[in-house]
Amino acid sequence: MALLKSSKIISTVGVHPPLGVLSIRASSWWSEVQMGPPDPILGVSEAYKRDTNPKKMNLGVGAYRDDQGKPYVLSCVRKAEAQIAAKKLDKEYLAIGGLGDFTKACAKLALGDDNEVIKSGRNITVQTISGTGSLRIGANFLSRFHTEARDVYLPKPSWGNHTPIFRDAGMQLKAYTYYDPKTCGFDFQGALNDISKIPEKSVIMLHACAHNPTGVDPRPEQWKEIANLVKKRNLLVFFDMAYQGFASGDIDRDAWAVRYFIEQGHNIVLSQSFAKNMGLYGERVGGFTVVCKDAEEAKRVESQLKILIRPIYSNPPMNGARIAATILNTPDLYKEWLGEVHGMANRIITMRELLVANLKKEGSTQNWQHVIDQIGMFCFTGLKPEQVARLTKEFSVYMTKDGRISMAGVTSGNVGYLAQGIHAVTK
Amino acid sequence: MSLFGEVPQATPVAVFKLSNDFKEDPNPMKVNLGVGAYRTDEGQPWVLPVVKKVEKIIVADNSLNHEYLPILGLPEFRSSASKIALGEDSPAIQENRVGVGAVQCLGGTGALKMGAEFLRRWYNGNDNMKTPVYVSAPTWENHNSVFANAGFEDIRPYKYWDAEKRGLDLAGFLGDLETAPKHSIFVLHACAHNPTGTDPTHVEWMQVAEVMKRRKLFVFFDSAYQGFASGCLDKDAWAVRYFVTQGFEMFCAQSFSKNFGLYNERVGNLTIVACDADNVKRVLSQMEKIVRVTWSNPPSQGARLVAITLNTPELFAEWKDNVKTMADRVLLMRASLQAKLQALGTPGTWDHITQQIGMFSFTGLNPKQVEYMIKERSIYLMASGRINMCGLTTKNIDYVAESIHETVVNVQ
Repeated sequence: MALLKSSKIISTVGVHPPLGVLSIRASSWWSEVQMGPPDPILGVSEAYKRDTNPKKMNLGVGAYRDDQGKPYVLSCVRKAEAQIAAKKLDKEYLAIGGLGDFTKACAKLALGDDNEVIKSGRNITVQTISGTGSLRIGANFLSRFHTEARDVYLPKPSWGNHTPIFRDAGMQLKAYTYYDPKTCGFDFQGALNDISKIPEKSVIMLHACAHNPTGVDPRPEQWKEIANLVKKRNLLVFFDMAYQGFASGDIDRDAWAVRYFIEQGHNIVLSQSFAKNMGLYGERVGGFTVVCKDAEEAKRVESQLKILIRPIYSNPPMNGARIAATILNTPDLYKEWLGEVHGMANRIITMRELLVANLKKEGSTQNWQHVIDQIGMFCFTGLKPEQVARLTKEFSVYMTKDGRISMAGVTSGNVGYLAQGIHAVTK
Repeated sequence: MSLFGEVPQATPVAVFKLSNDFKEDPNPMKVNLGVGAYRTDEGQPWVLPVVKKVEKIIVADNSLNHEYLPILGLPEFRSSASKIALGEDSPAIQENRVGVGAVQCLGGTGALKMGAEFLRRWYNGNDNMKTPVYVSAPTWENHNSVFANAGFEDIRPYKYWDAEKRGLDLAGFLGDLETAPKHSIFVLHACAHNPTGTDPTHVEWMQVAEVMKRRKLFVFFDSAYQGFASGCLDKDAWAVRYFVTQGFEMFCAQSFSKNFGLYNERVGNLTIVACDADNVKRVLSQMEKIVRVTWSNPPSQGARLVAITLNTPELFAEWKDNVKTMADRVLLMRASLQAKLQALGTPGTWDHITQQIGMFSFTGLNPKQVEYMIKERSIYLMASGRINMCGLTTKNIDYVAESIHETVVNVQ
């Protein structure tokens, strides 16, 4: 649609008013406002857009692309949209906590249909503005009510936006060892060592699956030990699950850690996003869950979450939640969705294998096993900043300085070229 | 021992509790004059015909997807939304005397929130929580929460509603403007004041502007009813545009919930007017950082809908027509209610019903009378005496008029 491609932003240059016009121009309220630093990831996309090399690749993008490099609208989403359109629903405000059909299904998806938590009504799940909105509500809630400890422990590294979100909510940020640059894998001992020293009642952030940015996840046995240690340390667990289904291709497998922790008696808080696994990025669909002691406590917590939400945006947007609810609650759409998520995850896994195969074909003698071992959308290649710079300059391959690439940007058409470039800068 | 053992039960948000109580009331005569959403004469929600049309366009367009919007929102939504508030042919804009920027936000609430967060960080010093924020007495109750949650410690009322004369307390308003500490922030309702329905006249706005300019007070307009008040977009934007001509740097939080009937899609816009483009650029760069830690980027559906409508001449004309339909029905109900109360000889004067404008009317009923209306007549209205005119229909207006009459006569 031509309309949507034009993007005119009003921003006019101030010129001095014509002579003869009496106009007292006071200095601006905003003279001291500094220019905010450019976003590291958006900067990558901007540079990519300007590049004229036909072989250019954007591996910064945190959104799934199909094998033609195009955005992918899931077929179950289109079907759900058609169903919704036919129902001719009104546009009345949602409740502050969001669409009930969505929040119930959202909780079931994460915790499992038969979970005792849901059956006993001791969870409260509210609809949020995707993952970011969920984390923010969670951070605000902890900041206001978890007064025994102000520290949130993030894995090293973590998603770049975790830190500013918690900081803005008034929490303090600390870190625990997670990624091992020597192996491009999980530093299990390092993590346990650090976690064993975390002061009681502190908040510990765990990525449920498909760790962002490293793609490195603990194995089930390792999760068990972590759960045990976290219980010993009496820590409040905050799970961030942005990739359920998207990591292994299996919904239940990807939620295993979350469910295990709950089984072990951790009353967790949980953020969920449907941006990636349903491709609903711009519709902003997410959930925030607090697992409480009992249903009575859940009611109290719910009332406070509403008090937190109202002065931010009053109530959440309907469109995406309606789509997600329709998919989750309609058996054949749900089945189709599972298939499509599996398909997306599989394409990523295939690209990982192809990349390694092509690197070997190029003659690379480096160990690239981590590319296959890592999981989810992102891959921590192990490339150093200078190598990344060369890859961008000489091959027009755009990625973040930390060596992270989005596998979603890799296709069967360009994986060979990527292997060439990586080999060239690492041999 | 639960970590949340000490979390107290919060009191529910009043306006939503009211709707809940209404839902549970078995009385077939019940009337909901609470929450601020438009209703047809059948008492039903109304999805604007133009909205239905544009939704079909969107569904049929296979080139559209669900990718992330930019942090500040859909560009063609932001610019067209700002134009609606400021006017297509604003001289200040045409002559490049100002810079204009915008942030797409989640409804009017989201726009107020972004503006408040920015002001707390960057206005009148850095992270200055002590800058007084003035909100009208009375005002939409969420104004207080939005600014308090953004960190402002000093939120004060400015005189506005004169309960005795049931109109604007201009002297009180101007007086508070004169005594407010310099640089105080004032939240002004652009039109259709919520909850009183009482707006300053043009001359009165000019007086307000004069004091605000002289005393260097910050102008933060809340524009939730443009088009909905008089039926005419330009008329309802008069105050906002006047302030622009007076050279103010200001914020205007716009909501498209009511005038587009897009309540649950959360379509809002924070319009920023600054003295030049460079200031706008820096302001927007900092707005991005606030957006990032709150919701990352805004929802696309509602913004697309509005952008397509505003940018397509035939659709834009149809929208204006739909807006007029809503405004006209409200005006009709106002005239009707006033006439009936007069005919019944209900004690007191009821001219304020037709003098007030927009969705709401401050009836002047006191809390005891309100309680009576709810308990004895199953007519649900806010404790402040605020009624939503949209809740009135040709079928229930007699019952409501009789109920008000009975209440006023029997309850003091």
